[in-house]
Amino acid sequence: MIQQEKMKVVRQQLVANHIYELTLEGSLTQQMNQPGQFVHLRVADSYEPTLRRPISIANIDQEAGQFTMLYRAGGRGTDVLSLKRAGDEVDVLGPLGNGFPVEETAPEETALLIGGGIGVPPLHELSKRLNARGVKTIHVLGFRSEKDVFYEEAFNKLGETYIVTEDGSSGHQGFVTTLIEEKKLAFDTFYTCGPTPMLRAIDHLFEGKKGFLSFEERMGCGIGACYACVCDTTDGGYKKVCSDGPVFPKGVVAL
Amino acid sequence: MNPLEVKLPGVTLKNPIMPASGCFGFGQEYANLYDLSKLGAIMIKATTPEMRRGNPTPRVAETSSGMLNAIGLQNPGLEHVLAHELPFLEKYDVPIIANVAGSAAEDYVEVAKAISQASNVYALELNISCPNVKHGGIQFGTDPDVAEQLVRSVKAVSSVPVYVKLSPNVTSIVEMAKAVERGGADAITMINTLVGMRLDERTGKPIIANVTGGLSGPAVKPVALRMVYEVYKAVNIPIIGMGGVATVEDVIDFLSVGATAVAVGTANFVDPFVCPNIIEQLPAKLQQLGVSHVDELVGRSHR
Repeated sequence: MIQQEKMKVVRQQLVANHIYELTLEGSLTQQMNQPGQFVHLRVADSYEPTLRRPISIANIDQEAGQFTMLYRAGGRGTDVLSLKRAGDEVDVLGPLGNGFPVEETAPEETALLIGGGIGVPPLHELSKRLNARGVKTIHVLGFRSEKDVFYEEAFNKLGETYIVTEDGSSGHQGFVTTLIEEKKLAFDTFYTCGPTPMLRAIDHLFEGKKGFLSFEERMGCGIGACYACVCDTTDGGYKKVCSDGPVFPKGVVAL
Repeated sequence: MNPLEVKLPGVTLKNPIMPASGCFGFGQEYANLYDLSKLGAIMIKATTPEMRRGNPTPRVAETSSGMLNAIGLQNPGLEHVLAHELPFLEKYDVPIIANVAGSAAEDYVEVAKAISQASNVYALELNISCPNVKHGGIQFGTDPDVAEQLVRSVKAVSSVPVYVKLSPNVTSIVEMAKAVERGGADAITMINTLVGMRLDERTGKPIIANVTGGLSGPAVKPVALRMVYEVYKAVNIPIIGMGGVATVEDVIDFLSVGATAVAVGTANFVDPFVCPNIIEQLPAKLQQLGVSHVDELVGRSHR
């Protein structure tokens, strides 16, 4: 159930180049039941900036009533958000959208999780949940450069983890797809989140495989009412990324 | 007596607040959040005869205290709206104002005739002001004679009163208002969005794939207020005012310049509960202003 709540900032820290980790607390956390969903944040009470900011959920701790997000600052909204300190409040609408189905991978099976840049965070909660049900996870995480890398250790704890950077300054040099081909990584299901060119490459590479892709698009309302974030589907129709997605099974969205 | 009750042609509203067309879909998303029966009315998303996919993305861009959109009248088409969207809304005690659009006069006539017969549609809102489609919409909204003729054609087939939504992208909105009144419009709804642009600062290219988009949000409110003020003096039909409404104070402003009822647009995207919140705040606001009924505020700027 979607709720709106002024949630309290527990902590915020810079974890990589312009990448902030923000933990919020409140009852809305109890509504979060699926990895891959997102929240829509209003960073100020005024209309400057006007719109909410959609941010994915990286970690859910229902016992503590807290959840964690990672986002890249650098825009008018995220810069304001990055100034929030413990005790401040953030207006949260969520949880929104449909997340990754963990039940699509059986215990003992292997899931390949592929993230690109700021698409990496939701894979963390996903990996936690897959591991909790006995799924073996392999993580391939792509970043531009060493200074952009985050959560390497957290993913290492959950399974085999490969870091890929475009300039080779950390981990393997190249793109996530080059590494997957090189290492001939075997899996039963793939889950991915990242920029559209990366999703397109993965979609083509894994023809015939079972997998789930999380999409990004400029959003307005985040709940399916404004029709800003539509994408074309392979059957000639359209879907709204915010409310029909952001996660779609492979083959649904035309790439 | 309900201090918020207002009368519009064809329908009495329990309060003067309604979500604006294009900012509320067909209500389903907001029905998950609150009881739609709280609303004075709902202006549903524009319906065209055929399903429309709309413009390529990106089709929204944020601006200072506002946003640009170029959705392009995306909708599931008349048949689907009649079979699914309107029946869904029937379970709520809320009148529907159906926004009607098309590429040619015949499209408007076709949609108007069919949709005006739905049991929960109490009025039509002729969309002659969408700035984001190549054909239809705005061409009917910038030429007074064309607009007058279109209204006349739609009036001839509609089973319910016809309201006309005016574009601010004209030299004289007063001339447009007078023209649609001559054509037989029962009310005017105003304003639609203002055509604008935003550039990608790195490339210098427009962010919106459609190049231009319609500006909405608090940034346009001063323009909207001025236009309602002018049109109120020039016509004898009621006005539903809109343009940047986000607070109960904004509602009071629109009533003051002459709107009988007020629509809330972009603010629904930012605060999905904005309409019920404003409705809840209205009685106290009336009291604070020393009036016993919203009607007393209508047009007070002119007195």
